[in-house]
Amino acid sequence: MTAVATRPRRSAPPLRTHAPDRRERWRRRLPLLPALVFLIIVTQLPFLTTVGISFTDWNILRPGQRGFAGLGNYVTVFTDGRLRAATVNTGVLTASTVLVALLIGLGLAMLLDRSFRGRGLVRTLLIAPFLVMPMASALLWKHALYNPSYGLLNGTMNAAGQVLGFQAPTVEWISTMPMTAVVASLVWQWTPFMMLILLAGLQSQSTEVIEAASVDGAGGLATFRYITLPHLRQFLELAVLLGSIYVVQTFDAVFTITQGGPGTATTNLPYEIYLTMFRKYEYGEAAAAGVVVVIGTIIVATFALRVVSSLLRDERVT
Amino acid sequence: MTATTTARRGRIRPSARPPETAVRRRGRAWTVLAWIAAAVFFAPVAWMVLTSLHAEVDAATNPPSLFAPLTLDQYRLLFGRNITPFLVNSLMASVLSTLLVLGLAIPAAYALSIRPVERWRDVMFFFLSTKMLPVIAALLPIYLIVQRLNMLDNVWTLVVLYTAFNLPIALWMMRSFLREVPREILEAAQVDGAGLVTTLRSVVAPVALPGIVATGLICFIFSWNEFLFAVNLTATRAATSPVFLVGFITNEGLFLARLCAAATLVSLPVLIAGWATQDKLVRGLSLGAVE
Repeated sequence: MTAVATRPRRSAPPLRTHAPDRRERWRRRLPLLPALVFLIIVTQLPFLTTVGISFTDWNILRPGQRGFAGLGNYVTVFTDGRLRAATVNTGVLTASTVLVALLIGLGLAMLLDRSFRGRGLVRTLLIAPFLVMPMASALLWKHALYNPSYGLLNGTMNAAGQVLGFQAPTVEWISTMPMTAVVASLVWQWTPFMMLILLAGLQSQSTEVIEAASVDGAGGLATFRYITLPHLRQFLELAVLLGSIYVVQTFDAVFTITQGGPGTATTNLPYEIYLTMFRKYEYGEAAAAGVVVVIGTIIVATFALRVVSSLLRDERVT
Repeated sequence: MTATTTARRGRIRPSARPPETAVRRRGRAWTVLAWIAAAVFFAPVAWMVLTSLHAEVDAATNPPSLFAPLTLDQYRLLFGRNITPFLVNSLMASVLSTLLVLGLAIPAAYALSIRPVERWRDVMFFFLSTKMLPVIAALLPIYLIVQRLNMLDNVWTLVVLYTAFNLPIALWMMRSFLREVPREILEAAQVDGAGLVTTLRSVVAPVALPGIVATGLICFIFSWNEFLFAVNLTATRAATSPVFLVGFITNEGLFLARLCAAATLVSLPVLIAGWATQDKLVRGLSLGAVE
């Protein structure tokens, strides 16, 4: 519990000289209002528009035929094979990226949770992939690493082959393993994120407990299993939660590395909705798909929010 | 001399030495592993920078030519190709939206922590929930609304959108920083009859300033990197640097070195901002939950 909320539990009573009357309540609300109003206008208004459009039959390639479609678009969304494929792909892409990045991130965090020479520099180097612009990173992986004839991956294998005397194969990374290619680039990008959160978790662990365990004769593995892992649980949850929120929305990597292909092998929901919108111009269908995605997200997010809400439970500010 | 001391120490605690060296050797192994991991993760970035300093013919070789002569030609070429307007657009969109975010988020965070409104928890979750909704669902309506308002291909459209995207993050982050302002001092200032402005300037600001800087840098990073809305809502006048990158590779022929130069150039501001804010990066990414 104290894991994520590392601040002192004892929260001081709020500033209140007298019971807040009407005027005082509004004076307190005033600084909040600009942000609240702005956010409602920019995020909620478009959503209502989406709901409206989702009930219309609207394709700008067929002008003048715009009409009420009822639930027609929703029927299409649920029966269309492309969207079902996109949903499955989104699940595979998100789950594998988040899990692999989490595991590698955990390993790296544990490596960094000791003092050694050059620790700061190692951390700085490890953060770099997360800071490279996602579009730049997607292009870098596609052209500089995966390219079959001059990419770094095949090039390194070829160089190794020349030194060690074997014929290195020419691997067409993107066409033979498209999903792995996309996931690998995303794992590279998101591992530092996981590492940073888990490292913060490891460093908030009290050293006394670990020392006590080692005095009691607990080995490294037992200490990890029974002390470190339970302590890290909240951090792992937070890392998975935030990682999923961001990775579900992946667009740049799919758009650049595979264009969703071959076929629909790597088309995820954001990319499929984008195609429906700006390639097929089926506005009604795209809107309906958007609404379905939002509802799905709300269901997942409700669970997620329960995790985050434990962060605020400690505070007894009124 | 040293021999005798070690000998004596060895005699007193005969079992102490071997495990210690074993531990130290294992420690060194972990250190080496950490360095290898760092090298592997950094390799693509290093390769990007190195390739950007090569000529096109040296960039597209197999096996890769590590030691080809270095040149700044690719960067010269980029500025010749007019990358500058794209960088300026990116800079405008991210800096202006960051300032706007801070202007909205700091007072709001104040109203949610120092002098909290009633039901502040619900407000916090409302802000967070907007961040959880997939942005792709908002693309079509925003496109149509922006089109109706005649604001397509306008940097200010991006400014407004990025402000909305980053506001929840900034608010959660700022609130976690403002909570660190000691209540006792705030109360003392109030007792002493300090007005709101004085309290803000002399009590809140000094404590919150590093937090404000970190929040601003995080918002800057997210805006600078945004692609989906930038590519769909801009054309020629307001296109930002990720859009430049995409439009850049459509031509045939060798382009790898140029691409790497462009990728390095547009990633540089974020790399600097991110490295500068390293200690607070995790706090921003976890919405202020992890320190």
